[in-house]
This record gives sequence, C-alpha cells and structure tokens, in this order.
Amino acid sequence: MLKLGVPSKGRLMEKTFDWFGERGLAMGRGGSEREYAGLVEHDDVELVMLSAGEIPRELAAGRIHLGVTGSDLVRDTLAGWDDKVEVLAPMGFGHADLVLAVPRFWVDVDTLEDLDAAAAAFRRRHGFRLRIATKYHRLVREYLRAHGVADYQLVDSQGATEGTVRNETAEAIADITSTGETLRANHLKILTDGPIHASQATLFRARNAEWDGPSRDRLSRLLSDIGRHARSELLETKLSS
Amino acid sequence: MTSPADRAAERAEAMRLLSVFEDAGGVRTETDILQPAGGLLDLYGEDIRARAFTTAGPDGGELMLRPDFTVPLVRRHMEEGGDPARYAYAGEVFRRQEHAPERPAEYMQVGFELFGGDDPAAADAEVFALFHDALAPLRPSIAIGDIGLITAAVRGLPCSERRRAALLRHIWRPKRFRALLDRFAGRTKPPATRTALLAAADPMAEAGPEIGLRGRAEVLERIEALRADAEEPPIAASAVASIDDILAIASNSADALERLRDIEVDLPAIRAAVHRFERRLAALGDRGIPADRIPFEASLGRSSMEYYDGFVFAFTLRGRPDLAPIATGGRYDALTRVIGAGRSVPAVGGVIRPAICLAGTSPC
Repeated sequence: MLKLGVPSKGRLMEKTFDWFGERGLAMGRGGSEREYAGLVEHDDVELVMLSAGEIPRELAAGRIHLGVTGSDLVRDTLAGWDDKVEVLAPMGFGHADLVLAVPRFWVDVDTLEDLDAAAAAFRRRHGFRLRIATKYHRLVREYLRAHGVADYQLVDSQGATEGTVRNETAEAIADITSTGETLRANHLKILTDGPIHASQATLFRARNAEWDGPSRDRLSRLLSDIGRHARSELLETKLSS
Repeated sequence: MTSPADRAAERAEAMRLLSVFEDAGGVRTETDILQPAGGLLDLYGEDIRARAFTTAGPDGGELMLRPDFTVPLVRRHMEEGGDPARYAYAGEVFRRQEHAPERPAEYMQVGFELFGGDDPAAADAEVFALFHDALAPLRPSIAIGDIGLITAAVRGLPCSERRRAALLRHIWRPKRFRALLDRFAGRTKPPATRTALLAAADPMAEAGPEIGLRGRAEVLERIEALRADAEEPPIAASAVASIDDILAIASNSADALERLRDIEVDLPAIRAAVHRFERRLAALGDRGIPADRIPFEASLGRSSMEYYDGFVFAFTLRGRPDLAPIATGGRYDALTRVIGAGRSVPAVGGVIRPAICLAGTSPC
C-alpha cells in the first residue's frame, strides 16, 4: 500500500479531501470527529492522518510515500528539501506568502537594500544586530544570505509575531500572510522585493520511501486516476529506461 | 558516518601533520569543543547557523560545537599570548554542511597560526612555505590571492567615505558588493520608492505611529544619508573599471604583479598593497618557493565567510573538484581587531584536513 500523509484537521484537511474527491478519489475521516483515522476509496492507498507540521519530517524519513502539506513547511523544515521530496502537484489552495515586514514608520526602508543599510546603522547605534522575529528560520536565513543582507539576527517567535515590534522584542518580522490585514493592523508594511516564498498546499513524493516495482505501479495508477497534471520523475525515468 | 578504520587513519594523519607543525615551532594548544554561540554569531552573522551545530547549555545559553579553532585561539592569544607566538593544534570540527550534505559533518583539522612579529611578508611566507612543503607529496593545485588589494582599491575610490564604508562592509558578499558598486556608479537606478521618498515634501507624512526600538532620529538620519547619496555624482567609470580589472586577475603571480602595476597607474591608492604583494612574492622566493609560477586569483577567499583580509591561499586535490580543499589559510588582522575590542595583532595561519590528504594518497 502507498502511505499518503494528509493534514489531520482544519481547513487544510477539508480542502485536501475536496481536492482528491474532485479527482475521483473519495476520502474522509473515519469514525468519530475525534478519531484520527482516514478512509479512502482506493485499493492502492492508505491514509495517514498527521499534523501538517510533521508531514515534512515523515516524508524526509520515507515513512510515508506521499504527503500533502504547505510548501513553506517543507522548505523550512528540510535542509536540501528537493533532494528529499519531489513536487507531484501544487494543489491550488492554502495560499500564503512568507514576507518580510517592517514598521510603516520606517519610511526609509522599502527594499532589502534598505533593510541591509538600516541593519548596519542599527548595529552601530544599539550595539546588537537588528532582530527579525520569525518561526521560518531556514527560509528567512537562506533568503537573506542569497541577497547579501548582514547585521541581523533571527529571534524565534511561534505566534503573535506581528506584536513583537511594538513589544520591542524585535525590529522587524518575517511571517506568513494571505491578506496582509494583521500586518496593517499592527502598523507594519511588507518589503517590496516580493515574498520570500509563495506557499501553497502541495502533494509531495518522498524520495527515500520504498519505491519497488509494485509501489511504482501503484503510484502510476494513482496519478493516472487523479489526473494528468500530477507528474513524477520516478515514473518518467522508468519509462525512459 | 566514518568507519573506525578510517577514523583511526584520519587521526594518525592528523598527528603526523601536527608534529610537522610542532617541529616548525608551533606550541601545541587545545580549545573547548563547546563554544559560546554569541561571539561566533556576532562575528559571522546568522549565516553560521547553516554551518555550525547549535545546542543549549543548562542555563539556557546557546552553545556551538566548534566550527573552527581560529576564533577561540585568537581570543585566548589576545588575553595572554606573547609576541610573536606560533600555535599548532589538531582536533575535530563540526559542520552542518546544509549546502553539501554529502560532506562529513565531523572531521579533523590540523592548524598552524602565527601571531605578531614585525614583518608581515616574512610571516605570510613562513606559513605558506610550511603548508607548501607539508603537502608537496600530494602534488596539489595551489592558488593564492590577496583581499588587501581589493580593500585598498575600494579605499582609493573617488567617492564619499559613506560609500566606501558600504562597499567595504560587503567585500565578503560579492553579490551585494556588485549591486552597491553598480548603484554608486550610476549603472542602476535607485528604487522608485527611494526616489518618491526624497521627492516628498514631508517624508514622515504617511509614517504612522512610531513603534519599535528604531526611532525617529534613526529614520531621519538615514533619509539625510540617502539625500546626500542622491546628490553625490556617480563614481567615475574608469575607477569602477579598475576594481573590475583587479577582480578579474587570474594568472600566474608574476603576470598578476605586472597587471597590478598597470592598474596602479590609474589607481595609485593600491600602491602600498601592490608593494606588499611584491614583498610577499620575494619572501616566498627566499624560502625556495617558485612564487612567480603560483596561480593568483584576485577573488580567492571572498565568498568563504572567513575574515581573511590580506594574503589567502588554498591547496586542492587535482582531479577531485568534488572534495573540499586540502588546506586553506590566510591573513586575518581585522578579525583580531574585532575580537580584541580595539586592540589588534597581525595574524596569519591555515588548516589542513587530514581526511582529504588521505583521499589524495589512496587510490581513488
């Protein structure tokens, strides 16, 4: 059986069920509201209900063959993420942008170049590196490194991140937003260079799971059942070899 | 995971190299494996988190598994070391290798560092010759460079001190350095948001409430800096071309010296740095190194996240671009100034990876 990890609650779970349902693969939660057992009408697939945050780890370990979670979580949790998982299909929901935001009051800062210059001056004046509150440490760090921003530090914030600037535990933030409303309400603005990452719910394949002949065949049948826009290198290499 | 046999071989090779460094006058030294993270983070920035393993101490303080020996060694030398001082060490270092997961996360390093003295060219040559001779049986490919040439060229640019400082801050981040240089040279336009800000009658009109630690004075100060920058003429194209010319040098050292003398005609500010380069080549020659033939790469050491600010060198195994260098090193006077809080000491040194040496001696 192919183990398919899906989010175990909330809108992400419902949308995942809908997405597969629309593609002829009915699935739902078994038993009572509180039971984390998934049911699926497909002979080749077994549902594994997991917290969306744990699905990247399970994929990387190869304990599940396939998994649905946010692309932001995969990229932030897994170093060298694309060596560990393959994108089979972006699913078109759960859209959210990971953005860098600074106080609207900083009229002099709109780009990464501005942020970098402000960080240098901040460090000179205050004696410590400009603090950016986030829970997406790897994504933010790699983005800032790629763009040559220095003299900042990341401080961990697992919730209410938009409030950290007012509380003076950070000078800027990097967080997920879909409408930007919470940012505006907290007098923050988004840098104009574009999002660090535009995330959406994505169907991933675990490269390290066991992919023997039968499981490849099952994947092939599943992908042809759920439609043409899901593609896998695994099967394409098989066809060409 | 390293097998017990490989580990024993690596250790034996490390001990052999350590004794070479001790015979060269290095006083054997050790450092703690667990290092306080704060100092390393302040020095290298958050980027080091992709390279070093972090853990928490019982009091909640952040610790790092030693990513190299240099920083703790410099710190101790600044507190208690004599002048000059030579140190030799061997031990495990730990690297996360997030960008190269196939490389080992734990391996031995054998190093030699020379602090102080009054003849930097002779010190550079002493350290380089030591590595050169120790590694000669491997017939490695060699490259040298000199970050001091680039910094001297930037210091000599006909522009404001503010622009020079911005460029010097990013010597080790080539991409941002290039973007700034293009901006200051007028090759790229400032972002539209900045143009609008400087054109506004009251830049703070739409600012909203003042929140956070970075206050109004800081915002206004930067607007003033932006205004001054907008009024400053672009850096002359010929001066920018000189920087490009220096960065493009990749030839043997004798030809590199000739090329630098040509550039010096238009950019006299690099004269002292070129002279240092020349003296170093002569000092290498005095030690029997065919310095003129050694390949010189002007951009060597710029993206390695180290604080080398002068002479740099790298030895790599021929035909094995997949492996890390066998040895790297260079001069890092500026690092000692940062760690020494104002005090500084001339410093040059390098490290060898015994595991890579072994890869060069065993059949591949």
